[in-house]
Amino acid sequence: MGDMITIKKLSKIYQVGTETIHALREMDLSIGRGEYVAIMGPSGSGKSTLMNMLGCLDTPTSGVFELNGINVSEMDDNQLAEIRNKEIGFVFQTFNLLARSNALHNVELPLIYAGVASDERRQMALEALEHVGLADRIHHKPNEMSGGQRQRVAVARALVNKPSIILADEPTGNLDSKTGDEIMALFAALARAGNTIILVTHEEDVARHARRIIRIRDGRIASDELRQPANPGGMAGAVAAA
Amino acid sequence: MTLLDEIRESTWVSLTALRANKMRSALTTLGIVIGIVTVTLMGTAIEGLDKAFMKGISSIGSDVLYVQRFSWFGNEEWWKMRNRREILLPDAREVARQSVLAEAVTPMSDTFRTVKYNNRSANTVQIVGCSSEAAVVSSLSLTAGRFMSGAEVDGVRPVCVLGADLAANFFPHESPLGKKIRIGDSPYEVVGVLDKIGSFMGMFNLDNRVMIPVTRFLTDLTRWPDVTIAVKVRDMKGMEEAVEELRGIMRKIRRLPPEMPDDFAINQQDAFIKTFKKLGGTIATVGLFITGLSLFVGGIGIMNIMFVSVAERTREIGLRKALGAKRRNILMQFLTEAAAICLFGGILALAIAYPLSLLIAQQLPTSMSWRIVALSLGVSLVTGVISGFLPAWRAARMNPVDALRNE
Repeated sequence: MGDMITIKKLSKIYQVGTETIHALREMDLSIGRGEYVAIMGPSGSGKSTLMNMLGCLDTPTSGVFELNGINVSEMDDNQLAEIRNKEIGFVFQTFNLLARSNALHNVELPLIYAGVASDERRQMALEALEHVGLADRIHHKPNEMSGGQRQRVAVARALVNKPSIILADEPTGNLDSKTGDEIMALFAALARAGNTIILVTHEEDVARHARRIIRIRDGRIASDELRQPANPGGMAGAVAAA
Repeated sequence: MTLLDEIRESTWVSLTALRANKMRSALTTLGIVIGIVTVTLMGTAIEGLDKAFMKGISSIGSDVLYVQRFSWFGNEEWWKMRNRREILLPDAREVARQSVLAEAVTPMSDTFRTVKYNNRSANTVQIVGCSSEAAVVSSLSLTAGRFMSGAEVDGVRPVCVLGADLAANFFPHESPLGKKIRIGDSPYEVVGVLDKIGSFMGMFNLDNRVMIPVTRFLTDLTRWPDVTIAVKVRDMKGMEEAVEELRGIMRKIRRLPPEMPDDFAINQQDAFIKTFKKLGGTIATVGLFITGLSLFVGGIGIMNIMFVSVAERTREIGLRKALGAKRRNILMQFLTEAAAICLFGGILALAIAYPLSLLIAQQLPTSMSWRIVALSLGVSLVTGVISGFLPAWRAARMNPVDALRNE
């Protein structure tokens, strides 16, 4: 069980009105611990569906999805919620921060659902915010922060539970290219530190940061390309220069 | 997630949500406030009515049985009872002689006459004919003088005991004892003055009366020989037995064969209370139902606003679910929000209802009791939880994927 994620013959079929949509067709995929993977594909390719599966937000129609050797495919709502809480850190395109809460409380949120005591919670949230370089912004609300800072808060929130996977869905989509690069540099640093990162994007520039790029088309894997383990820090710099 | 943390988080979230939508929250709360105010006031009024009644009938005495020709609240047909034989003075003596369970027995009869003293006069004064034991039966106490004696009753003496108000009216500056008042045409010597009693159900002043020997009453004031036999029972726990004993004695006195039904009635305070409870229960049910409707409307307002709140925060729900919130957590969050609105409304309503209850207190002997306060807060909480449940349930069951995608 070396792989963190094992997917076997995973299918997802939606019924939209009278139309049947095969979003995923018997997909096989494994992702190991510490990998930095980008999942790419045009819209309608099944990329989002795959991300929902990987994020334990949805269950497949058939097939097996194992996370850390645990079969997630047949869990119920509450079990999935627990898995998401412990194993997955989400970073969204639109940040999805609670508008009326400050940075600290936003980062504490997963810990609240994990049942961590308030003192410990605060400590962990502070550490996570420090980690993303926002130690001086902990009492700011989202509307008092820049887009880059908001996304950093979101990353801190994703990190705070020490999850198995950080799942980022177009994390730079709502950021200008400079701030986007800063966020990508942050991901690179997290990857170097041994975190497993799955990046869902349709931008080649963003995907290039990853060490493995999986391309999806029509619910199937079109290509799975391992890139040479280039110096990730230098790579971020190269993109910034480009 | 510990329950305390969950409640704290839910409360915090709901309070910020309420603060963010002040106008909307205020209007929704208003519905609940009106509902709780009406329910609280209705509850207070009903309690007051209850208390007023209990206070009013206390003069009947809870341990006194009244043997009379007719039942107070009988539903037998009038023509059947019309020909019942009178209850006579000797019957009362016989009851007193035979009853073991009775502490005291007095015949009683009353009428209304004009009473005069010198140039003062009082109309429609209640004249009560009774025996010396009436003081015991009705638990009368005297401010001055003494009650009439057995000898005076047997001797048909023209003596009388005055009610407190009448005595005060006739003798503002002198002692009434030994003075002679006129009832109808005959003079009666005042031997005693009663303590203040109050009124019967707030309508009939019990202090504006004169008590005279029943023997004198029957010869002097009325042609009707019919009396009521009032029996004070020794042991209140033995009321049932006392009623049975009394029934047996009366049947024997009146020589009723076993197959004949009673041709008399044994009345007691209980009958009043039962009748009132039935009537009061109906009033309370109808009153609370009608006021409850306004609370119901308030509840619908809450439900409506919670549906809006859930719809508005679909993305937030999706996010919370993605971060590990279980159905229970989301349900709890929205239930807390609904309950918070209602509880806040309930507290506000009590603050409004309290001064209004003081107005009610001018008419009825009542005050807003802790019971009603607790009940109101409980009801508002329950209203919140019930009307918040459907929206909260909808939120809790949301699919995180769809919720997150919601714009």
